[in-house]
Amino acid sequence: MSLSLPSHIPRETFIRFLLAQADDELVLGHRDSEWTGHAPILEEDIAFSNIAQDEIGHSLVWLTLHEQLTGRTPDEMGFERIASEFRCCRFVEYPKGDFAYTVVRQYLFDVAEQVRLESFLESSFGPFKDTAEKLLREEMYHLLHSSSLVERLGDATDESHRRMQAAVDAAFPQSLGMFEQLEGEEGLTEGGVFPGNRTLRSRWLKRVVPFLRKVSLALPVKGENEHCTILCPIDDGGRKGMHTAHLDDLINDMQQVYRLAPGPNW
Amino acid sequence: MREKTSEDKLAEFEERVGRGEKVESGDWMPDDYRKNLIRMISQHAHSEIVGQLPEGKWIPYAPGFRRKLTLIAKVQDEAGHGQLLYRAAETLGKSREDMMSELLAGKAKYSNVFNYPTPTWADVGVIGWLVDTAAVINQTMLAQSSYGPYGRAMKRICYEESFHIKQGYDAIVALAKGTPEQRAMAQDSINRWWYPTLMMSGPPDSLSVHSQLAMKWKIKSKSNEQVRQEFVDHIVPQIRALGFEVPDPDCRFDDATGHHRYTQPDWDELRRVVNGDGPCNAERLAVRQKAHDEGRWVREALAAHHDKQSKNAAA
Repeated sequence: MSLSLPSHIPRETFIRFLLAQADDELVLGHRDSEWTGHAPILEEDIAFSNIAQDEIGHSLVWLTLHEQLTGRTPDEMGFERIASEFRCCRFVEYPKGDFAYTVVRQYLFDVAEQVRLESFLESSFGPFKDTAEKLLREEMYHLLHSSSLVERLGDATDESHRRMQAAVDAAFPQSLGMFEQLEGEEGLTEGGVFPGNRTLRSRWLKRVVPFLRKVSLALPVKGENEHCTILCPIDDGGRKGMHTAHLDDLINDMQQVYRLAPGPNW
Repeated sequence: MREKTSEDKLAEFEERVGRGEKVESGDWMPDDYRKNLIRMISQHAHSEIVGQLPEGKWIPYAPGFRRKLTLIAKVQDEAGHGQLLYRAAETLGKSREDMMSELLAGKAKYSNVFNYPTPTWADVGVIGWLVDTAAVINQTMLAQSSYGPYGRAMKRICYEESFHIKQGYDAIVALAKGTPEQRAMAQDSINRWWYPTLMMSGPPDSLSVHSQLAMKWKIKSKSNEQVRQEFVDHIVPQIRALGFEVPDPDCRFDDATGHHRYTQPDWDELRRVVNGDGPCNAERLAVRQKAHDEGRWVREALAAHHDKQSKNAAA
């Protein structure tokens, strides 16, 4: 264990926070990789395979930090935990759906990740700053890709509009679960680790609401910016380990081979 | 001055190719040369695209971060190779859409080897190691092709394929050092892939309709038999060095020839598999067809958006 936390940062909460990010990235990366070999065009096959590698790679970055604090390896965390021990939001667990759902989910996730990483640039915890600088460069390309697809598919044809709107209707309530408060989160906010999920959510809404409206996609949201009211129920619980059955299936698949001989022998 | 007859043009062409000059897309070429190339390049492109599926199946199950990441990267490379090769074929006047339609209609051929099932994780390693080694031996030869765009695509592909071999070999080494079950899984996979891999370089030259013409015009420089022999000589010592068996009791080094002897695969099986009647042909094409059908609205929307943009720009 090569890293120790400054005393003003509550350890248990910090680890939960780290896992929430790592698990979001691993599970979404896994979902993205389900397009490899199956995408609508070769160029998107390549793009989503790339994004999948980046997201899983980011998970590895957070889990390496986690290893430095706890001594548990990234493979142990990814391939030996049971579903209820994961801290991902439910949003990333849902099946990949049609390409519209994948694109909308990726866009909503990319903006959230950008907002979170930007906030880390101001973090009191040094390693977060360094990591954020590195990951933001990759995230910029993800966002460029997903936002351009949202723009192009949003109202190109009747069918594409119908599918994209259905995707937003399904994804938006789920996506709010990305900002579920963590138990003891105030400790991290007061310690200057990050500004808190409520603040991140406001910053996120400020970007996604006008963008989606601009491409004629309606949202269950009233008003703008700070005066934004959400008019739909929020699909959360994942940060407390309350997951969908889809996560069980995903983890059973993901760990199936590894569990034949757990450990580094693969 | 009299106009050049097609015989003159053919003679000039053969002289150029004979000197080792590269043919480029706008150059005059015999129809059969063009047809032969389109056939070879599109078959190769289809092989990359269909070839994503047998290994891609294991992406969700890949054990551990490193294997998961490298497998996605590898299968992604295959999509990239497909893209590159479709481009090379397009320089000969055939569109990607046409080639794709022929593939889905079952009219186009692709490598036999992707029509076999991948029931275990070890198949991922063995495909990377055996199948990609056989592919690289063939493709290194094709990188010298008289058709410039094909040769250049091949050079880049070979470079990436050499990493694929490493990832496959590395995965098998892990199994070789693992539990008895892991070793058995690897041996079983080698047993199943041995003959399909031998078949990859094509039927013996006496049975190959295309091989001789392709050699005459330097599209390829080695016979199917030569390529296969090179593969066997290269891979047999590797298999044995890891403590695995070559599933051919007659496979042994022959001092007199300096090469390994081996049992010929069943060429009837190759014919059946290439012509659509292998263990997984129907499944592979059904998966491609599904992706094609489900992606139609996306392609239409991207085209419609592009048209709107062009109209706005013109207005």
